[in-house]
Amino acid sequence: MTPTDAQIKDWMNKQPQAFRDTPTVRARKIGLWVLLIGLFAWCLYDFNFSPERIWVGLQRLGTVVSFMFPPHLWETWPEWVEVFTALGETVAMAFLGTVLGLIIAFPVSFLGAKNITRIFFLRHTARRGYDIIRAFETLILALIFIRAFGLGPLAGILAIAVSEIGTFGKLFSEALENTSKRPVEGVVASGGSRFQSILYGIMPQVLPVHLSIILYNFESNVRSSTILGIVGAGGIGFMLSDRIAGLFWDQVWTIIFLIIAMVYIVDYLSGLIRTRVIGKWEGAH
Amino acid sequence: MTAAADVTPLRPMDQFELDYSAQRRRAKLGWFIASVLFFAFFAFSAWLGDFFKVTQVTNVDGSREFRWIIPAGLPRLGEFIEKTLPVLRWDSLGADFAGWFWRWKVWLNLLIETVLIAFMATALGVFGGFVMSFPASRNLAPNKWVLWICRRYLEIARTVPELVWALIFVFCFSVGPMAGVLAIGLHTAGALGKLYSEVNENIDMRPLEGVKAAGGTWFDQIRYGAVPQVMPNIISYTLLRFEINVRASSIIGYVGAGGLGQEFREALSLQEYTDLSALFIIIFVTVMVIDYGSEKLRHRVIGLEKGPAT
Repeated sequence: MTPTDAQIKDWMNKQPQAFRDTPTVRARKIGLWVLLIGLFAWCLYDFNFSPERIWVGLQRLGTVVSFMFPPHLWETWPEWVEVFTALGETVAMAFLGTVLGLIIAFPVSFLGAKNITRIFFLRHTARRGYDIIRAFETLILALIFIRAFGLGPLAGILAIAVSEIGTFGKLFSEALENTSKRPVEGVVASGGSRFQSILYGIMPQVLPVHLSIILYNFESNVRSSTILGIVGAGGIGFMLSDRIAGLFWDQVWTIIFLIIAMVYIVDYLSGLIRTRVIGKWEGAH
Repeated sequence: MTAAADVTPLRPMDQFELDYSAQRRRAKLGWFIASVLFFAFFAFSAWLGDFFKVTQVTNVDGSREFRWIIPAGLPRLGEFIEKTLPVLRWDSLGADFAGWFWRWKVWLNLLIETVLIAFMATALGVFGGFVMSFPASRNLAPNKWVLWICRRYLEIARTVPELVWALIFVFCFSVGPMAGVLAIGLHTAGALGKLYSEVNENIDMRPLEGVKAAGGTWFDQIRYGAVPQVMPNIISYTLLRFEINVRASSIIGYVGAGGLGQEFREALSLQEYTDLSALFIIIFVTVMVIDYGSEKLRHRVIGLEKGPAT
């Protein structure tokens, strides 16, 4: 039953298209790979990836990693309080930033939805507004707010809040557009005003979607508020960059593990809220 | 309705009313507890976040007074933003523009460096993520231990932000784009490894069984059974990641890891505030161009290779 090598060769010659690409496709594939690999090689040269530099770097990295075990544990209670305050500040930054962004973005998002704002000009101005806000990196916003409000978590909160206005505005208005029209028609048919048709026709459809967007963004803000600390906006990131600057690698690893634990816990809790509230919502229907 | 309960003909209806009001009470209690928790947490985090901090400000006549930090900071914010905007006059527009983008030669070089950092980091991340994604997906892992180790590795790589990796790598590999490439590459490997392994978990296992039945090893099964199915998704995720990495590499220079970010730091410390707006415009335009190009490419790739795995 097993075909011989000669038979296989014979089939391959009879049906070349089934076994390999046409010459043009092959030439294009090879060209693409050559281009990518050439660019990569040029980068290696341009960025000075010399073997001895990599070797020295790896040795140093080995030293840094060797501080991971045994993990550093602070000895006095005030030091632990300092660490946990910093972790709390990071979560607080993400939480307040999300909530403040939400408070502003929720009403504004109605302007960007096609089925609610029929005025073309207004809708497009709102949409471009969200895009421009989203173009600002949170980190750059934080730098600006640090200039105005000084070092500390407040700058981070405002940076997250502003960048969330753009994100929430876009995602919320897309959620509003993806609703079914039939509940709205039902409310209008029974004599509801336009406001009532939005309140009873559209809102029940979008609230679960909004909630899951909010929770997801909160999770991602917890991650980004860690970074904001590095430029001086308080929280655990500030402490981490301080310890790295002082080359206290043992403390650095402990802080990194605490950050990972914090992200785990926040993700777990928000998953809990998500299943609870959205599950309950579906049960009520 | 409750009055009708005394006459007692409508038992099921009454039962419904009773259940309904009980449910309402439970829902109200739930809402009450949730909002109390929410406001407690809100107030606590507002306190942690310096909302009620008091700061000293100098008045116009030179006297000092205490004010809450937010009203004290808002005018300063306005002043700062005003300082970053360049003065552009209509009759000397060319000279004003030249003055605004006065370091354009340096910036252009750094911009190319930024895009190349993103490219190289994406390439490293794709390689790392692709290799790790197969042992990190539940249906393909050779055994439990490999699965566990690969998953934890990917989690650590993506949970720690690029900027933190960059700080560590700047210490190890000295200042320059190399540290940035490695930092973003490591983070990308973690993020892409997770996405790829999710794609891998949704594939059709029958082609792999076919390869196994024909005597293929684990590597043969992955190569001829799994890879062709996941390829289109992988290309699309990779291009998306490249866009994200361009943004990341434009700020990673802030900690000394190459790219345009270092100019932000320099402009801030040398108080060349109009440079900030110029840099922002450069990054904005670059990111827009790259987003647009990669979106076009992505649509073409998805159109070209309509694979079974989506």
